[in-house]
Amino acid sequence: MKEIVTANYAVAEAVKQAVPGVIAAYPITPQTEIVERIAQYVARGELACDYIPVESEHSAMAACIGASAVGIRTFTATSSQGLLYMHEMLHWAAGARLPIVMANVNRAVGPPWNVWADHTDSLSQRDTGWLQVYVATAQEAYDTTLMAFRIAEDEEVLLPVMVNLDGFLLSHTMQDLETLEPGTFIPALHLPHAIDTAHPAAYAPLTGPNYYYRFRWEMERSMRAARRVITRVEEDFAGRFGRRYGVTEEYRCEDADILVVAMGTLAKEAEVAVDRLRAEGTPAGVMRLRWFRPFPTLDLAGREVVVIDRDYSFGFGGVLARSIRSTTRAEPFSVIAGLGGQEVTHEDIASFVRERKPGDEFWFGVKGDV
Amino acid sequence: MYEIRIHSRGGQGGVTAARLIALAAFLDGKHATATPFYGAERRGAPIVAFARIDESPIRTYSQVRSPDLVVVLDRTLVPVIDVLRGLKPGGAVLVNSGHAVALDHMKVHRVDLTGIALDENLVIAGEPVLDTPVLGAIARLGVISLESATKAIAEMFQDPRNVSAAERAYREVLL
Amino acid sequence: MAQIPKEEYILETTSACPGCSSSLSLRYILKAAGPDTVLVIPASCSSVIQGMYPNTAVNVPVYNIAFAAAASCASGMSAALKRAGRETKVIVYAGDGGTVDIGLQALSGALERETDFLYICYDNEAYGNTGMQRSGSTPLGALTTTTPLGKIHPKKEIDRIVEAHHPPYQATAISAFPLDLFHKVEKALTFRGPSFIHLLAPCPTGWRFPHGKTIEVGRMAVKTAAWVLWERVHGTLTVSGPSLGPLKRPVPLQDYLGMQGRFKGMDPALLSRLQQNIETHRDAILAEAGRA
Repeated sequence: MKEIVTANYAVAEAVKQAVPGVIAAYPITPQTEIVERIAQYVARGELACDYIPVESEHSAMAACIGASAVGIRTFTATSSQGLLYMHEMLHWAAGARLPIVMANVNRAVGPPWNVWADHTDSLSQRDTGWLQVYVATAQEAYDTTLMAFRIAEDEEVLLPVMVNLDGFLLSHTMQDLETLEPGTFIPALHLPHAIDTAHPAAYAPLTGPNYYYRFRWEMERSMRAARRVITRVEEDFAGRFGRRYGVTEEYRCEDADILVVAMGTLAKEAEVAVDRLRAEGTPAGVMRLRWFRPFPTLDLAGREVVVIDRDYSFGFGGVLARSIRSTTRAEPFSVIAGLGGQEVTHEDIASFVRERKPGDEFWFGVKGDV
Repeated sequence: MYEIRIHSRGGQGGVTAARLIALAAFLDGKHATATPFYGAERRGAPIVAFARIDESPIRTYSQVRSPDLVVVLDRTLVPVIDVLRGLKPGGAVLVNSGHAVALDHMKVHRVDLTGIALDENLVIAGEPVLDTPVLGAIARLGVISLESATKAIAEMFQDPRNVSAAERAYREVLL
Repeated sequence: MAQIPKEEYILETTSACPGCSSSLSLRYILKAAGPDTVLVIPASCSSVIQGMYPNTAVNVPVYNIAFAAAASCASGMSAALKRAGRETKVIVYAGDGGTVDIGLQALSGALERETDFLYICYDNEAYGNTGMQRSGSTPLGALTTTTPLGKIHPKKEIDRIVEAHHPPYQATAISAFPLDLFHKVEKALTFRGPSFIHLLAPCPTGWRFPHGKTIEVGRMAVKTAAWVLWERVHGTLTVSGPSLGPLKRPVPLQDYLGMQGRFKGMDPALLSRLQQNIETHRDAILAEAGRA
C-alpha cells in the first residue's frame, strides 16, 4: 500500500509488521510519534504485544533485556538524552547477545538543551557492540527496520541493532511510503540461550580474567559475521521486494573525482549539491554511508574526499572523518556541520566542495582558526 | 519543484495544513514532502511549516528559502514576522482574512477561513479549524486538485464539515 | 493578610501555552522566595517556558539539568552553597514525570539525606513537554497519547512516598489558589532540611479544556475533593481552608471530570475505581484530621 507519512510513522508501521511481543519505551522529543502509534496499535488490538510504559530509558532497555532474554522479540525507541541515559544498558544488551531492535531519532546532546538533528547521540555509543545503520528516507526507515529484526536475530549475529533517523528533518517530514507484506521475510525468533527452566543456567555471572576476554572476542566475531549477514539479508529483501540497499548508497560516484561522504539526510541534500557542481564542471559524487557498525572498508579509490560530520568527538575530531582517515589512505576535508539542527543547504554543501582543503577541519558557521 | 511556506501560530493547524497539502499532491500523483520547523513552539507562538511538491523524488530537507507560495493563517503575524521573506518573484501570497491586507506585494489572495469555519461550526476547543478549509483555497490557486484536496481531508478527518468548508474556501477565495 | 510583594520574577514573555498553570504558579512561588534563589529545572514544560537562548523569562538564576537529576543536582548545590557561606535558597521546580517517574530515585536519595532544599512538583498529570504522554501521575481513566483507551493504573501517590521520608514540611497546593501556594512556599522556606510541595497544575492543552478555564477547573478539583489542600509540619496534618468544606460535603466528582476532554467516554469500571480511590483518600484525611 502506498501512502505519504512521516518517517516516525514508517518505523511504527514496520514494527507492527515485525510483531514484537514486548515493547518498553519512554517518550522523548522527537521520538514520541513512534511510541504513541505503537500504543494506539496495541490499544486497538492491531498489534498483539505488551506495551510497557516504563519510567525511564534505563528501565526501557532493562525491560527489553528481560523480555529478550526469554526469547521474545522486543523493540524500543529513543533519542539523544534518552539514549545516553540507557548507555550502561546498551553495553548490557550487546554483551548479553540479545537481538533487540531500537530506533534512535538522532538529536543533539545537551547542555544546552537542543531537540534538533545531530548524530553525536548515536555515534557516542559506537563502542557498545550495537550494529548501527543510518537511514535517509521514510521508505528506507521502514525497510531497514524490517531488515534490522532479521539481521539482529540471525544466529551468526545475535547482537542488537540501532536504526538511526534524523530528528525532525526525517522523523517529522512526510514522504512517500510503500508498505509491504513481509510474509516469511522475518522468520520466528529462535534464541539459543533463552531462559529455560528445564535447562537452567546462570546468565552473566562474575567471570574472571581468564575467561572474560573470550566473550568479548565472540562479540567481535559476530560483528564481523554481521557484514555478510547484512549483505545476505539486503540481497534477499531486494529479491523479494525490489528495493536494493547496501553498506553505502552511491550517487554519481562512478566518474567522480571528489566524493562527499555523509550519513542521513545531509547525504541526500548533498545529491542536489552534486548535481549543481556537475553542471559547473566539477565531477563530484555522494557516498552515503548507511552501516556505521560494523564499520566498512570504503573504496575511495584515490579520490578527494569531503566528509561531513553532523557530530563531534571532543579532543579528537569528526567521528566519520576520523573513522575514514584511520581505515583508508584518504586525507579527508573534514566539515563539521549540522550540529544541533544547524541548517545546511545544498548550496552550503556545494561550497564545502568548492573550498575544500584536504586534511583540514572546517567548522561551518565558526569564523577564524580551527 | 513547487515550494510552500505556511505561517501560523501553534495550535492553529499550520503543520496539519502542510501535511494535507503533501497528501493531496501525493494523491495527484506527485512526489511531496511536508515539514514543520520547530522552534520552542507552544500554543499561540508563531510557527512555520513547509510543503514541497515535485514530479521527481525530493531530496532536499533544508528549510524552504524561496517559496512559490506563502500562506498566512493568522493575519496578526503580518506585522510581526517577515512573511514575504524569500518569496520568488511572481510568487503568490494567500492570507486568511475577511478584509484587505496591507502587504507590500502585487498578488495577495485572501479568503476568510476563520469566517467560513465559524459559519460551518467547524470549531474545536473554542478555536476555528483553519487547516482543512485552507486546502480549498490552495486548490483554487492550482497547486493541488480540488478532488485530491477533499480526498486528503476526508482521509485525515471524519467530520464532513471539513470538506464542505474547503469547498467553500475554494469558491470564496479572492484572487 | 501578609502583603504579596509586587516584584515580578517571571518576566512578561514566556513560551507557555495560554492558560498555563505553571507560569502562574511560578510567579507566586518566586514572589515568596525572593531574589536570592536558584531554580533547578529538569526537562519539563518549564525548560521551554523560560524561553530560548539568548533570552530568558525568569529573573532568578535557572539551572537546567537532565531529566533524572534535579534532586541530586540540588543536593550538591545546596551543600556547596552552605560551604560557601551563602543563604541562597535552592528550589527544584520539576514536573510530575521528573518527580514520580524518572526523577524518583534522585528525590528519594535527597530526602533520605535530609537535603536542605525545597522541591516543588508541578503536576499536570502527564508528560507535557513531549506532547502529553502518560506518567505515573496520570489519574485512572485519563486519555493521553500513550493511553488511548484511558489509563488503567492508578495515580502514583507521591505524597505518601515523600511522607515516608519524614520531611519537616510537606504540602499540597494548586494554581487556582495562588495565595495558599504563596504562603506554603514562604512557610516551607523557613524549615531546615527538605520541604516538598505537590502542586496540581491543570493544563488546558493536556486535560483538554478551553484555556480560559484553568482557574475554574482548579477550583472544581478542590470542590470535589479530587484534590485536597493540606500541609504536614513534622508529620502533623492540617487541612487548608479551601478544602475544609469539600472534605465534608464534596461536589459530585463528575462536575470536575466533565470539564475535561481527557475523561470523555471513560470506562465505567475505571471511573468507579477512580471514585473509590478519591473517597478512600478523602476518608483517610478526614480521619487523621479528626484525630488531631
